Amino acid sequence: MAVRPVLTFPDESLKRTAEPVEAFDDALRRAVADLEETMRAGPAAVGIAAPQVGWGRRVVIIDASARPQWPNHGRLVLVNPEIVAWEGSVVGREGCLSVPDYTGNVVRAERLTLEAFDERGGPLRYEMEGFEARVAQHEIDHLNGLLFIDRVVSRRKDLFRRKVYR
Amino acid sequence: MSGWFMLTVVGEDRPGIVARLTAALYDGGCNLGEASMLRLGGNFAILLMVQWEGGAARLAALVEPVTRSLGLAQHVDRIEGRLHQHVEPDVGITVSGSDRAGIVAHAVGAFAEAGLNILNLESGVGGSAERPLYIMHIEGQALEGIAPLRSALEILRREGIDASLTPIDTLIG
Repeated sequence: MAVRPVLTFPDESLKRTAEPVEAFDDALRRAVADLEETMRAGPAAVGIAAPQVGWGRRVVIIDASARPQWPNHGRLVLVNPEIVAWEGSVVGREGCLSVPDYTGNVVRAERLTLEAFDERGGPLRYEMEGFEARVAQHEIDHLNGLLFIDRVVSRRKDLFRRKVYR
Repeated sequence: MSGWFMLTVVGEDRPGIVARLTAALYDGGCNLGEASMLRLGGNFAILLMVQWEGGAARLAALVEPVTRSLGLAQHVDRIEGRLHQHVEPDVGITVSGSDRAGIVAHAVGAFAEAGLNILNLESGVGGSAERPLYIMHIEGQALEGIAPLRSALEILRREGIDASLTPIDTLIG
């Protein structure tokens, strides 16, 4: 296992669409282990996508377990993930390992259904909401060459605030 | 040795101010840091972090032809500026109500007592001339946690000022 260097904007690799994983082999699992080690080495990251370490495959790791106030599925390795249903929209603050020292408000779906494969090719299906759903959308964007800065609506205004905590 | 300056320009808004201002700064050899431009009640206002090798007087002289020709007021301060000094807000607060004198001082005073360090504040007056509506959005750090701020909001609501709070939980991924 090894921590890989995280590519930062404006590295062109971050703008490329990642290719689907076809072989669910030991090489895949080794690369996933490196990806996870890289995520854990970063500053409190709750997710990472393969293109962030220059690996152009459709693999993300998310782990929203550090936010127990939101329902979450813990650590997930998602291979060839696909969001198959969305609902609602909510603004939240995002930053990125690949865009250091910058955060902004981004509109994301509030709830979603996601299909993917695990590291051995087994099918997965999750219903996600809130913080975990945001993390999944942020990471899957990386697979399509998108960064959160492509979606920032404002740094200063909660333009579409929906959730009100009184 | 170059230093950072805060350049403030205000005046009547018209198209092209930012372009002319930044062109003059670039042509004069300045480097821009962070900037914020606002339109407040039809007035243009911009704050620009400018890195520049000369002193404040020479920087003022550099932009003066532009601001004078556009009828704008300018101000230059030397600052202890550094980039990459961001502080992340952990709470957003929206205050709204019928516009009346003292609403800002009253609300912000209550938040300060509850431990809020304001990082961003924006407000606008909407509604109509007869029934003006005041809306303020604040982002800040809840230095004593969210609970005292919730209590402050509750007090404001009893006084007829609508206020809501949203924790900001920044995702890093």
